[in-house]
Amino acid sequence: MSFMNWIDERFPATKVWNEHLAQYYAPKNFNSWYFFGSLALLMLVNQIVTGVWLAMAYKPDADLAFASVEYIMRDMDYGWLIRYMHSTGASFFFIVVYLHMFRGLMYGSYRQPRELLWIIGVIIYLVMMATAFMGYLLPWGQMSYWGAQVIVNLFAAVPFGIGEPLSEWIRGDYVISDATLNRFFALHFLLPFVLAALVFIHIVALHKVGSNNPDGIEIKKNKDENGIPKDGIPFHPYYTVKDIFGVGVFLIFFAAVIFFAPEMGGYFIEAPNFEPANPLKTPEHIAPVWYFTPFYAMLRAVPPMFGSQFPGVIVMFASILLFFFLPWLDRSPVKSIRYKGPLFKWALAIFAVTFIVLGYLGVVASTHMVLGLVEASILAPIFTVIYFLFFLLMPIYSKLDKTKPVPERVTQ
Amino acid sequence: MSSEGVDLKKRRFLTATTAVVGAVGAGFAVVPFLANWNPSERAKAAGAPEEADISGLEEGGLLRVKWRGKVCWVVHRSQQMIDDLPSLNDRLADPDSAVDTQQPAYCQNPTRAIKEKYFVAVGICTHLGCSPTYRPEVAPADMGPDWKGGFYCPCHGSKFDLAGRVYSGVPAPTNLVIPPHSYISDDVILIGVDGGAA
Repeated sequence: MSFMNWIDERFPATKVWNEHLAQYYAPKNFNSWYFFGSLALLMLVNQIVTGVWLAMAYKPDADLAFASVEYIMRDMDYGWLIRYMHSTGASFFFIVVYLHMFRGLMYGSYRQPRELLWIIGVIIYLVMMATAFMGYLLPWGQMSYWGAQVIVNLFAAVPFGIGEPLSEWIRGDYVISDATLNRFFALHFLLPFVLAALVFIHIVALHKVGSNNPDGIEIKKNKDENGIPKDGIPFHPYYTVKDIFGVGVFLIFFAAVIFFAPEMGGYFIEAPNFEPANPLKTPEHIAPVWYFTPFYAMLRAVPPMFGSQFPGVIVMFASILLFFFLPWLDRSPVKSIRYKGPLFKWALAIFAVTFIVLGYLGVVASTHMVLGLVEASILAPIFTVIYFLFFLLMPIYSKLDKTKPVPERVTQ
Repeated sequence: MSSEGVDLKKRRFLTATTAVVGAVGAGFAVVPFLANWNPSERAKAAGAPEEADISGLEEGGLLRVKWRGKVCWVVHRSQQMIDDLPSLNDRLADPDSAVDTQQPAYCQNPTRAIKEKYFVAVGICTHLGCSPTYRPEVAPADMGPDWKGGFYCPCHGSKFDLAGRVYSGVPAPTNLVIPPHSYISDDVILIGVDGGAA
């Protein structure tokens, strides 16, 4: 290995390989929930690669954008595939990240000593949302246009005379226009690389504290005579191979949607987006893409107060920012749901259902009769309150909860 | 580094001043990048006043004009429409147009217009910026028996009457914006320029 010696004297290749893969010890009891971290990384790579290819033919110009997307779809070899990999990839990225976050909620992966790891993750989620929002404007369809109009107008709701200039500054115009499209394209190209840097930091933090596991036990507390955790196995080859298997299964689902249902019945690409943007006419019903709808439902649930709809905007942003405080809201003596009591289990189950219901309420019109029984605008405030109670009452119910004793070693 | 014979106080002072000057410099350097995002001169020029020719606008009709890239409406209200306006007052959030950012002073009147017949407004919902649909019919099935004509926003269900006044209990917080406008002649409205009282 004289070649590797030559390299290692100049660049710590072997050292990095060992520290982060071959001699990085991860808990041996990972289950299927632990696929979603590496799958999220896969989707980021997918978005960057397909995105760069799309950028080679896309025209960020209000007069040309819509037609250039259709040109990619119809006239370029495999243009349809690359475009659908990108648009479907965005939705799958969010599916994977939501499952990754739910895993963290279940097994207490946000608890000490992983608070910073969790916070970096929430920042990644925020940057992802910004990236996705800007990307959705680029096809310059009706939903792109009016969706952006609504979201940028959220900033116009800021009081004290700041809002209106702020929204004009974001748009670079008095309405969503060519200037907005052009800058959103530039930022949509930039942010994925910011995401890649944040993911790197996320992994650095992960490897400092070590992975959590379904039992919520710190494997570093139980080491053998060589200083290797007794419940740890080297990430490579064990988990690299396991992750490749996970990728294979995941790609079956991903490919099935790309090839057979790339619009996913209007959920991944909404129907009005096949019509070019028209600043004079709002589509009959507008809703954001599904991954934003839980927050959109909360925005709509708050009525205007004091002649301003700013309170709704605050509620929407607060619903996301609450995730930052999770590490300090959970007062349970145990991390994993396996050893938590019924209170937390119920709270988490209700929260998961609430998130899905809010997502549904954000998709339908506010006058829609849910199951033919009750109007969406009546349900949304109720579920918004439940969503917030999950966080705000956590210090109480997680402390009152009857927990089970945590074993010394991980279970199989 | 050896600290022997070093004036630590002076070193701290120099370090601090260097850092502060650097930070101020960085602050100034950011200004052009932030200011660059403002609406450009071209975008501002496109905000020039726009003429609307209303000579062909029939009673009950709505004319769309683009001003500053935003859709503006001119509605030719019938006498019936004008007479119905006061009957809606108790169902509105701001029937007297008290919020004075929403219209020029010369439109702060019961019909929110310079001339009663012609209603000029920015056709953008004050909630989140969708363009409401014109619903001039009286009591259509979907709007209910009390509907006297007005505007309905498809995005979030806000309702406005034919003077752009917002109903209570809808997401939009304020009345529709009346742009500054004036009459060049009986048939031409100039949107974007105050003319004072007509």
